[in-house]
Amino acid sequence: MGPARITAAAALLAALALPWALQLAGADFYLGTASRIVVYAIAATSLNLLLGFGGMISLGHAAFFGLGAYSTAILLSEGVRSGLLHLLAIVAVVGAAALVIGAISLRTRGVYFIMITLAFAQMLFYLGNSMKGYGGDEGLTVRVRSLLPAGLDLREASTFYYAALALLALELFCLHRFIHSRFGRAVRALRDDEVRAEALGVPVFACKLVIFVVAGVLCGIAGGLSTNLQGYVSPNLLHWTQSGTLLVMVILGGVGSLWGGLIGAAALLLMQELLSAQTEYFEFWIGWVLLAVVMFARHGLVGILQSLAARRAPP
Amino acid sequence: MSGLFVLEQALNGLQLGFMLFLLAAGLTLVFGVMDMINLAHGSLYMIGAFVAAWLTALSGSFLLGIAGAVLLTALFGMLLEASILRPLYARDHLSQVLATFALILILNDAVKMVFGNDLPLSAPQALQGPIQILPGLMYPAWRLVIIAVGVVVAVLLYLLVQKSRMGALVRAGASNREMCSAMGVDVGRLFTLVFGLGAALCAVAGSLLAPLLAVQVGMGENILILAFVVIAIGGIGSIRGALVGALLVGIVDTLGRTLLQQLLREALPPQWASAAGPALASMSVYLLMAVMLVLRPQGLFPVRT
Repeated sequence: MGPARITAAAALLAALALPWALQLAGADFYLGTASRIVVYAIAATSLNLLLGFGGMISLGHAAFFGLGAYSTAILLSEGVRSGLLHLLAIVAVVGAAALVIGAISLRTRGVYFIMITLAFAQMLFYLGNSMKGYGGDEGLTVRVRSLLPAGLDLREASTFYYAALALLALELFCLHRFIHSRFGRAVRALRDDEVRAEALGVPVFACKLVIFVVAGVLCGIAGGLSTNLQGYVSPNLLHWTQSGTLLVMVILGGVGSLWGGLIGAAALLLMQELLSAQTEYFEFWIGWVLLAVVMFARHGLVGILQSLAARRAPP
Repeated sequence: MSGLFVLEQALNGLQLGFMLFLLAAGLTLVFGVMDMINLAHGSLYMIGAFVAAWLTALSGSFLLGIAGAVLLTALFGMLLEASILRPLYARDHLSQVLATFALILILNDAVKMVFGNDLPLSAPQALQGPIQILPGLMYPAWRLVIIAVGVVVAVLLYLLVQKSRMGALVRAGASNREMCSAMGVDVGRLFTLVFGLGAALCAVAGSLLAPLLAVQVGMGENILILAFVVIAIGGIGSIRGALVGALLVGIVDTLGRTLLQQLLREALPPQWASAAGPALASMSVYLLMAVMLVLRPQGLFPVRT
């Protein structure tokens, strides 16, 4: 086993043991924080697939998070509790939305792609605001949670944590396999130089569209989990600042690195948790940290960790 | 639906359009000349409004308040440009998004620390009521002031950009920055000035709109996106595009909220109209931008050829 695999295995073991360790320390409360980190890690990793591997800067990724969250919340409030059906609904709804938005947006490039993804997300934001039947701008509270096979209920905090963790682990494993696959190499080739990739016979538009839809659906699944965690959805989930926050997580963690989304989500949410207990103005300090990362750590936190590891390893 | 009603709404659209123009003008120059995505542009608008409210309360005069706000915000903008934004020009769009998003967080909380969550600011006493502009049409005086100021600033800006030496340099920088600096123009210093001008325009818009909206932390975030819509429609880097785009967005947004709703009410059964109306109204400008970006991605008045 190489060092990367050992690190991954150790991280997985630590994550599996976390609920037990928190209980031992009498800090059960923090299991909720850990679950939030896992949910946002899934979302940020999906954006990293789009951004870091596909090279598409989207300022509208929260639209898919919100669509997944709303699909789940609406089904729950209508009395449909099967988690499998929720998953199917997310795949269908978010997949269809991502297919349409992607097919239109991918006709543009660069700055214009940023703008058009933003435009679509804002449209869905206002759609959420005007759905009076489902809470409108006040949002929708759901009292029940999704049921998993074998009678598991996501209301149970540790069940939720393990279910979300399983999905995150699956996502990271698939991303790892994708990076080293033929398809993954083709996608990275088009990220680096679209014209060259096209000339080499890579179907550029189709590849980008597939990545866009897959990233959207993954983010939608994170949104469905978020509904189960918070018991509440509101149009704010679709606001452009949410898309901005997801981008911040990815850039903070490390664009185009397998672990970037997870590390960025964990760092940002932990900073929020720790600083907000100290001061009302925690975003002020988070802002300075982010600025420092932009100025001094071009490859994000993953870059810092890698250079530390490289220094420690024997030459 | 009467003609007067349509006229009134068209005036509202113009008023929103001119304010959007003030915001978009600075944004489009920053974007055009330096190829820099500045999400913190909305924060300058917020700072302008807060400083205006603070100085107006201090001095008792709205005019002094707005003058002070313009001056201080321009100064702050230039300081911000020279210290934090300048190193970002050479970086990719992604770094710029992260850095200026961080600036939004910092400036929102900084304003909250200094001024609190919100400040009151009302229009001067004499201009608060409505006045009669046509037989049977009363229109708020303050909105007329906003339109008038908007027209004046737009004309001045047009003269500055199209007729002055500095404007020629700015346009040269927007169409080809490398060539411009190869010709001996100090693009860096030019750009600090442009940024200060953009900040001053933000302050004008912020203090004029403050009596209509509210001076509160976070007020910049939503209007910033509308300003981006404007410059995407108008063409990045083009002042003329910003003006046409702003008026288009202002009018489409206002008419979408009023006329479209009324038409839907007349055409559709009430429960459908009340559901579809607000959604379509708020979405209309974004729809406009999406269509525009697909059909003509370089905008109405492309600067780079």
